[in-house]
Amino acid sequence: MQSKKKELNPILEVNNLFASTEDLPILKGVTISVHPGEIHAIMGRNGCGKSTLSKIIAGHPSYTITKGEIKFSGQDIQSLEPEKRAQSGIFLGFQYPIEIPGVSNLEFLRVATNARRKFLKKEELDTFDFEDLVKEKLDLVKMDSAFLSRSINQGFSGGEKKRNEILQMALLEPKIAILDETDSGLDIDALRIVASGIKKISNHETGIILITHYQRLLDEIKPDYVHVMADGQIIKTGESDLALELEKHGYEWTDNFSKQYR
Amino acid sequence: MVSENLVKNVVSEPYKYGFVTDIETEKISKGLSEDTIRLISAKKEEPEYLLKFRLNAFKKWQKMKEPNWADIGYKDIDYQDIIYYSAPKQKEKISSLDEVDPKLLETFDKLGIPLTEQKKLTNVAVDAVFDSVSIATTFRKELAEYGVIFCSISEAVKDHSHLIEKYLGSVVPANDNYFAALNSAVFSDGSFVYIPKGVKCPMDLSSYFRINSGDSGQFERTLIIAEESSSVSYLEGCTAPMFDTNTLHAAVVELIALDDAAIKYSTVQNWYAGDEEGIGGIFNFVTKRGKCLGKRSKISWSQVETGSAITWKYPSCLLLGEESVGEFYSVALTNNLQQADTGTKMIHIGPKTKSTIVSKGISAGNSVNSYRGLVKMGSKAVGSRNYSQCDSMLIGDQAAANTFPYIQSQQPNSEIEHEASTCRISEDQLFYLQSRGIEFEEAVSMMVSGFCRDVFNQLPMEFAAEADKLLSLKLEGSVG
Repeated sequence: MQSKKKELNPILEVNNLFASTEDLPILKGVTISVHPGEIHAIMGRNGCGKSTLSKIIAGHPSYTITKGEIKFSGQDIQSLEPEKRAQSGIFLGFQYPIEIPGVSNLEFLRVATNARRKFLKKEELDTFDFEDLVKEKLDLVKMDSAFLSRSINQGFSGGEKKRNEILQMALLEPKIAILDETDSGLDIDALRIVASGIKKISNHETGIILITHYQRLLDEIKPDYVHVMADGQIIKTGESDLALELEKHGYEWTDNFSKQYR
Repeated sequence: MVSENLVKNVVSEPYKYGFVTDIETEKISKGLSEDTIRLISAKKEEPEYLLKFRLNAFKKWQKMKEPNWADIGYKDIDYQDIIYYSAPKQKEKISSLDEVDPKLLETFDKLGIPLTEQKKLTNVAVDAVFDSVSIATTFRKELAEYGVIFCSISEAVKDHSHLIEKYLGSVVPANDNYFAALNSAVFSDGSFVYIPKGVKCPMDLSSYFRINSGDSGQFERTLIIAEESSSVSYLEGCTAPMFDTNTLHAAVVELIALDDAAIKYSTVQNWYAGDEEGIGGIFNFVTKRGKCLGKRSKISWSQVETGSAITWKYPSCLLLGEESVGEFYSVALTNNLQQADTGTKMIHIGPKTKSTIVSKGISAGNSVNSYRGLVKMGSKAVGSRNYSQCDSMLIGDQAAANTFPYIQSQQPNSEIEHEASTCRISEDQLFYLQSRGIEFEEAVSMMVSGFCRDVFNQLPMEFAAEADKLLSLKLEGSVG
């Protein structure tokens, strides 16, 4: 299980994280560490805290960290605004991408890309240069350029929304991408497109966390580690075959682990 | 109309136009009586019919009551504590724009409206109004070649008296409402536009209204006449210094469109709004109305209302001509303790008339923002149609938005369609944009611009950019 990658410093370290929303505890001591080039999968029942974990890492204001820490590139990010986290290279692919009426998708992508470029001390792109860049990235997710002139996610089908998320990931070139159920609601063709997009974007410097219920995404993108979450904790960590076991036995199988843990 | 640079400067300061020009002015004493009106009329050397028009309006005004049906509240206005005429002292006869008092030129320069021959804006003719009088009008000669008249209303009274006598008060009668009656009695200046038959006005026309003194009201009057098959696009901008007292602005705008004529009237209103505690600011009580007199004539109002402590205005269309078209596109933004009660009236009188209303109200802070609109189908308005869409956006949880649509139909063979919505910028939308690296304030202003897109698309290009920046500026610090 020890790989060479471990010699590098982790991009993301979550240490014994406890968090709650409106005094309701959701995370109860999560620890996970992601190194450059690693792909992690987090699986678990609905309501186990997977999405919450991803939102907290991205800085959603509805959650309060009560204990523990999140480090990104060695820095504690607890006090960073969500936009600063994004600029420095944290990306969250939303399970339910938000519709924003009236705001052009193209303009949104450009402003976001430039915010990241500014952080990286790269030259900001004007509309023309940006269009060239975005057209190149559209191919990765097989999206038509007509999507660019529409309002953000408005009237997009489930699959189109998810592809738009991956397009954003491609443009922002994050250091860590947390993809929250990017596979849900996708038919098999869309799933392949999205998975191949993710694979093309990721490289030996990127860390990826895939949050999913299903093996089928993991057939396309083979994870280095699989974590099983239950009741706000990671109750088991293994390699990619753990996901296959889960697929075979269902989550009931994991109930025993949680009992063991308690 | 305003250069990119100026727009950038605007964004860096809360209210850039709050300065006062130190200039010698000729003011009459405070108070309003028949003598005041005779004095104003005499100063302007007006013909008898106009003095009569004023006195008649004054008599009616004295019998009228200030309206109280709007969803606004304010301290009583003491009409005897207002100066009704205030004009910067100038040389008697001015033969060229370059002879205008440098202080005035500098003022308009600072406002981004250079007037002199060397510096004037190239794509738009400007009539600059300072307190009670028009200071200068650019491009008059060039426009005259097309037969287009663009001058102050005082000059029009002298030089085109027959048009004034025929049309003044023909759309907004002197007794129309309390503030229109007051304006009819004491109006001091404003702009006059006449587009002759068949002429498409070669450039945009624009009036820039500047209130400078703190104790005088501004009562300007605008009259635009578009003859058969002519068209014009007219823009209006307004600013005022920051005073801790309230200044009354009661304007009247009348538009007349004959057969196949089209008038597009755009406003970006940025009067001083008062401070965060609601001290000071302009009381903006305005009557704007257009008459689609001719067949297939068209009047289109677009407005971006961001300033004033109180805004009370309902730019309206009287659709008389067969197949005439009325449009109203509005963005009204209120913040802090601002109050806006604005909307339109579309009065369908002729057959096959059409009207469109798109209103976007944004309320932030502790402000109140109401849409109030009337759509009326008269008994002869066979086959007429109206479409109204009124959307409100709330920012924060202390702001209020109201929609008061009034619908009256005496013609069963007509259609009225009304859609309304209220939304709040959701935390999830903000988080989504932020999670892509977009700063909080920018995220808010992106969403507000997006919300207003349908209206901004109707504005002349330079205005649209200005309006967009103005909104983000006004919203600074209003969220979170």
